Amino acid sequence: MFDQYLSRRYQKFGRPDPSAYLIKDKTAIAGIGATEFSKNSGRSELQMACEAIIDAVEDAGLKMEQIDGLVKFAMDYTDEMHLVSALGIKDLAFFAECGWGGGACCSTISHAAAAVATGMAKYVVCYRAMNERSGRRYGRVPGVETVMAAPNDHYGYIMPYGLAVPPSWVALFGTRYMHDYNVTAEQLGWVSVVLREHACMNPEAMFYGVPATLEDYMASKMIVEPLRLYDCCVDSDGACAIIVTTTERAKDLKQTPAVIMGAVQGIAEQGEMMTSLYRPKISLLPEVWYAGQELWRVSGVTPKDVDVAQFYDAFSPLIPMQMEEYGFVEEGEGALFCEGGERIRIGGELPCNTSGGHLSEAYIHGMNLINEAVRQVRGTSTGQVDDVEISLVTGGLGVPTSAILLRR
Amino acid sequence: MTVNYNKNEMIPAPVVDPDSKAFWDAVQNQELVFQKCGDCGRLRHPPRPVCPKCRSLNIEWEPSSGKGTIYSKTIYRKSPHPGMKAPFTVVLVELDEGLKLISNMVDIKNDDIKIGMQVEVVFDNLTDDLNLPKFRKVD
Ligand SMILES: [Zn+2]
Repeated sequence: MFDQYLSRRYQKFGRPDPSAYLIKDKTAIAGIGATEFSKNSGRSELQMACEAIIDAVEDAGLKMEQIDGLVKFAMDYTDEMHLVSALGIKDLAFFAECGWGGGACCSTISHAAAAVATGMAKYVVCYRAMNERSGRRYGRVPGVETVMAAPNDHYGYIMPYGLAVPPSWVALFGTRYMHDYNVTAEQLGWVSVVLREHACMNPEAMFYGVPATLEDYMASKMIVEPLRLYDCCVDSDGACAIIVTTTERAKDLKQTPAVIMGAVQGIAEQGEMMTSLYRPKISLLPEVWYAGQELWRVSGVTPKDVDVAQFYDAFSPLIPMQMEEYGFVEEGEGALFCEGGERIRIGGELPCNTSGGHLSEAYIHGMNLINEAVRQVRGTSTGQVDDVEISLVTGGLGVPTSAILLRR
Repeated sequence: MTVNYNKNEMIPAPVVDPDSKAFWDAVQNQELVFQKCGDCGRLRHPPRPVCPKCRSLNIEWEPSSGKGTIYSKTIYRKSPHPGMKAPFTVVLVELDEGLKLISNMVDIKNDDIKIGMQVEVVFDNLTDDLNLPKFRKVD
C-alpha cells in the first residue's frame, strides 16, 4: 500500500540524499512549556509568551542565559526583540520566523533543528502566544480593508461573495470531500467525539469535564454547512514554548529527549491562503502530500511505524483528509477509518490527538499538539499510549504546511 | 437573489491591482474574462503575472463561456459580515473551460443548490460602480 502511495504523485526533482540530512537523530526536543488555556487570559500576549518560555526552560533544566535562538510565528504579535528585553536573554545568535498561520508550527522546529544541527545555536526556543479568544477571533470577519489590502492572497476574488472566514473556507473543501468519497456527517462526528474523550482525560483541556456523544455532535449548531460547531476548534487564549537542541546536549538535561527523526515543510502550486479552491481537485491536499513524502524520505520510516499522531485539527474533516495525504490510508478512506472511533482512540490502531487536539484541548496553532507529541515520547501524557516509539505531529493545512516525527 | 444585502453597510469590494485590473474592468462591462498565456495558450485564474507552464509574461484575456457546473458550496447560517444577510450560499463553480470561480447564485433557494448543477454567469449590479459575476441555474 505504501508503495502505491509513494507512486501516486511522487516526482523526484533531485532531492538530496537522506544521508545528507543533518537533523535526523542528531537533534531533539529537550523542553516544553505552556500557560493555562482559557477564554480570557487577562494578560498580554508578551507576558503569555514569557511565561511559556520560562516554563520550557525550567522543564529542560536550563538557565535563560543559555538560550541563544528563538523562532516565532510570523502571525505572532510578539517578537524576538521584546522577548530578549523582557526575559533578559543575553546573546540571541539565531532568530527566525515562520509563516502561514498554523502551517508554521512544525516549521518552527525544522528551523530550530537546522540551526542547532549546523552549529548556529545551542538551545533554540520555538513559541506561540495568542489571545485568540479574548482578542481578535479568526472566526469573525477582520477589518475588511486590512484583509483586502493583501492582493497576493487573492481575497478580492472571494470576499465580495461573503466567503470571509476560515470555517467557510474549509466548508467548501469539506462539502466536496464528502461528495467525492461519500463521507457522512456521523463519520466526521466520530473525530470530534473521540477527541473530546481524550480531552476529558486531560485536566488542562478547555473541554475537560465536558463529555460529548455522537448525538450531541449531530445536534450541535450548523455554522457553515457542512461544518457544525463541534467540527470547529475551540478558540483559546494560551501560549506554548518548545526547546530544541542537539541530542547529545539533550541527554545531559533534565528530561528524556524527544529525538527528531524528521522536520519538514510542504508547499504546492495553486496554493491560496486557506482557499486553494482553484485546483483541479480540492479533496486532495498537495502541500500535505509533499510534506508527507519529505517526512518519510528523510526519516526512513513509513506510516505503519507511527505509534501516535497529533494531526492539525482546526476543523474535523482535516484529520481524515490528512490520513490520506500522509499515506496512513488510501485516498478517500480517511473518514471510514475514523468511523466508530475505535481506530483513532487511545489503544486503537492510530491514536490521534491524545490531549484533545484543537477541537477540545485548545487552539494554539499546533504548538500544543507538539507538546503532546513530546509527552507521548516521554510517557507522561494524560492520554498515554503504550510503548510509544514514534510520534507524529502535522502542521496547519490549506496553507503551506509542516510536520515532525519524534522518537524515544 | 440568494444574497440579501444590507445596503447601509459596506459590501467588501474586489481588490483592483495591476494583475487583476483587466478582470474587474471586464466584469464592470458585464463580461467574464480569464487570463490566457499569450504564448502557450494556457488559461489561469486568479490572474498572475507569469505563465507557470512556459514562464511567458505575455498575457491575453479570453472571454469565458460563462457556463459551468457547481463544484462545491457552503451555506452560512449566520452572516459573517454586516453587509450580507444570512442564510446565503457561496458556490465554487467549475467553468466549462476548466477554471474555477467563487461566486453566489441568483434566483434559487439555498437548499436547491446542488453539486453538479449546470449554471451560467449573470451580472449582479450591486452599486453604480460594482457588478459581480454570479450564476443562475440552467434548465
Ligand atoms: Zn504559457
